[in-house]
Amino acid sequence: MSAQSWFAVRKELSPKRRMFLGILSFVIPLAIWCLVSYVPFIWHPMVQVTDPGSVSYFTPGMLLEHEVFEREAEAAKEKGEAQPTGEPANPIYLPAPHQVAKAMYTAFTTEPKRRDEKWLHESLGNSIYVIAMGFLISSLFGVPLGILAGTYDVFSRLNEPFVEFFRYLPAPAFGALAVAVLGINEAPKIAIIFIGTFFQQVLVIANTTRKLDPSLLEAAMTLGAKRTSLLFRVVIPGIIVDLYKDQRILLGWAWTYLIVAEMIGASSGITWFITQQARYKNFENVYAAIFMIGVLGLTTDLLLAWIGRRIFPWQRSIAR
Amino acid sequence: MTQIQLPSYREQSPEVRARFERLKTRPVILEVQDLCKDFDTRQGRVTALRDINLTVHRREFVCVIGPSGCGKSTLIRMLAGLETQSSGQVLLDGQPVSGPGPDRGMVFQGYTLFPWLTVKQNVMFGLQVSGRSGLPEPTALQWIDLVGLSKFSDAYPHQLSGGMKQRVAIARALANQPRILLMDEPFGALDAQTRGRMQAYLLDIWKNIDVTILFITHDLDEAIYLADRILVLKAHPGEVQELIEVPVPHPRNPKQFLSPEFLATKARLEELIHPPQAETAGLSEDHLNMVRMVAVDDVVPEVY
Repeated sequence: MSAQSWFAVRKELSPKRRMFLGILSFVIPLAIWCLVSYVPFIWHPMVQVTDPGSVSYFTPGMLLEHEVFEREAEAAKEKGEAQPTGEPANPIYLPAPHQVAKAMYTAFTTEPKRRDEKWLHESLGNSIYVIAMGFLISSLFGVPLGILAGTYDVFSRLNEPFVEFFRYLPAPAFGALAVAVLGINEAPKIAIIFIGTFFQQVLVIANTTRKLDPSLLEAAMTLGAKRTSLLFRVVIPGIIVDLYKDQRILLGWAWTYLIVAEMIGASSGITWFITQQARYKNFENVYAAIFMIGVLGLTTDLLLAWIGRRIFPWQRSIAR
Repeated sequence: MTQIQLPSYREQSPEVRARFERLKTRPVILEVQDLCKDFDTRQGRVTALRDINLTVHRREFVCVIGPSGCGKSTLIRMLAGLETQSSGQVLLDGQPVSGPGPDRGMVFQGYTLFPWLTVKQNVMFGLQVSGRSGLPEPTALQWIDLVGLSKFSDAYPHQLSGGMKQRVAIARALANQPRILLMDEPFGALDAQTRGRMQAYLLDIWKNIDVTILFITHDLDEAIYLADRILVLKAHPGEVQELIEVPVPHPRNPKQFLSPEFLATKARLEELIHPPQAETAGLSEDHLNMVRMVAVDDVVPEVY
């Protein structure tokens, strides 16, 4: 049997190959990162001092630019004093994979530097709370409004022009206002997530609702369905699968607003952790925290996809 | 080839004639009076249907046939109440209809089963929304049994074949016990074999329950095989060309496809729907141009 082509146009690959490529999509960037980190001659613009020799201000572990190190080494050589030694290194803002991997673990076990500061898991919990509340409140209003706008032209005309305008206003621009109105704690952050999500949500869901096959509505009407039964027995069940998919995508957007939201008022949550760690130059912790957001986002999405496949049995497959 | 001498499609055997006479004494279910439909387009006003008149008697099977663009779908959609007429009226049991309702069941060409409901729930839909008395579930199961899909009552539509989906759609429409069943090219999307089987099913159902059927099709054989009477429309504007009483005796079976009455009716329909001269003239012109354009290989210079 001849091998199936890897490049067949719009043909699905075998499950084995799909799995393989899926893993590869993570392996390739990781491999590039490893190459840059571990192979000395690829980048490594800095020198890390291993032995300061006679140079007074060198300390072991210090990172220097090549030129500075060479100059001092030259100077020491001329004076006939002990030369410093060092090895090529990457700048401090690019830690190696193993350092970040370790930080993923140690970030959770390191006690906060000050008593009033939070552990990482508390910061993460805080972020999840802000996202969840912002998204929940947005959905509470956005989903019904979107469905109404997609079903009845009255609501569509009444809402959408304004919503269309409002969604171009950048959510972070409301930061100062939100703080003035809602204080410096969680509330303004939730408000930013809400503003960032809500207006998109109304439009996206209105559009999804409009895509419902009109012949289903016609069939329902010839079976005797009237206003409310059309809405609750045809429109909503008819779009629920796509609506669920939309909500998953919108939740992803809500995550992208998180960092901005958390910088408003008193910095909190994972953003606080990131800025704090960057201040201490613990960049492996910064990377670790960023990855954690990614991992959290992806797992939530996969979990929701899995749940979706179970609660909508009539759908052969809910595309990822 | 010698032309087979066919009887006139108007010639009816005494039994058929007697049946039509009985049929005309039955109560009238549907009356269409001077129905017109205009559409406003960018090019101006277009008349889709003009002065349609039709009377359908109880338990009659009427087919509507016509070339594409003759407005047969518009007609049935107006009867269903999915579109409003420009003038004229539709009477169901003497009452003018406005808007869709469960008294006129409809089966569409596309599959319009609700994908989120099982077969049983689909059939129960009408019973539930119209708040009919009686238990929806046993009633639904009876109708599913009638179309022979008992084994699939808990299946979802995507698990069914095209023919099965349409059988469910028929059961769903009939479960409401409509005064008339409107069918808009319901078998148009099915393959020939399945279509034949569905036609037989439909005749069976029609024979066994009290239902009047108005059936749209563009398939001449289908129309003759199923109908008591055929309403032939012509296009631009859509007007009634002829109302044919099908002389093929009941009960129908596929062997009648070659009977003289059947062929005579078909010949008449062909004449009405595909007028002889208009098309062939244009075709031969195209033909010549095509021959000139394509190089012919020496190996096979001639197809005949």
